[in-house]
Amino acid sequence: MSVNHGSKRITTGAHYGLRDWLAQRITAALMASFTLLVLVQVIFTSGPIGYEEWAGIFAAQWMKVLTFVTILSLLYHAWIGIRDIWMDYIKPLGLRLFLHVASLIWLIGCAGWAVQALWLL
Amino acid sequence: MTEAARKRPEFRNINALSDLPSYRLPAAGWVSILHRVSGALMFLLMPFIIWMFDSSITSEISFAKFAAAFNVGLGFIPGWFMKLVALAIIWAYLHHFIAGIRHLYMDTFHAVTKEFGKSSAVATLVLSLGLTAVLAAKLFGLY
Repeated sequence: MSVNHGSKRITTGAHYGLRDWLAQRITAALMASFTLLVLVQVIFTSGPIGYEEWAGIFAAQWMKVLTFVTILSLLYHAWIGIRDIWMDYIKPLGLRLFLHVASLIWLIGCAGWAVQALWLL
Repeated sequence: MTEAARKRPEFRNINALSDLPSYRLPAAGWVSILHRVSGALMFLLMPFIIWMFDSSITSEISFAKFAAAFNVGLGFIPGWFMKLVALAIIWAYLHHFIAGIRHLYMDTFHAVTKEFGKSSAVATLVLSLGLTAVLAAKLFGLY
């Protein structure tokens, strides 16, 4: 049997390609729907939009839950997209691993900040 | 098949500086690479986007700071530059959004003809740049 570990490992056939492809589309649809939802509320607000009107859009519990879902969707969607960019252009394995880890820290940190801002409201 | 038999230029090890500037992309190619560029841009500016979200919803005081950042400036950064960065995000979002809808439409309805690829790509570019121009005029107070 041929060697299938270390540098000889066959890296195809793990079948996470389809799952990520599908996840990127589903999270995209969720975020697009959320965008339209916020846009509709902005458009149907009468008068100028100040703090009360703007923060009011995100204040209801159901809206907080939907915003939370959108933040998590963004996290997953952006991870797949950025990982694809590193896989396309960055060949040295060590550098690619470093960039993967840096991207994850960046994304998870951003998501944490967004969630904190959302629930302090 | 004489056309196909003619020797076509072959590109190997494309050089970013000497080959890319003269490489003519079709409309769909522009939409594709800009989809990636706009996504990467939003990834890099994500802390700024969350700062806008955070400061605009947290309190009246933070909202005033948020508004002042664009009207007066933030620290040593002038307001017009803040608006320019916001405009870059607006373009990136619009392009990514519309190009993404195009992707979803093509996946759902198997719309993969050459003609549709071109016409939808042109529509994507016209819509995203047009809407960006409209919002830029609003952002810089032209109307």
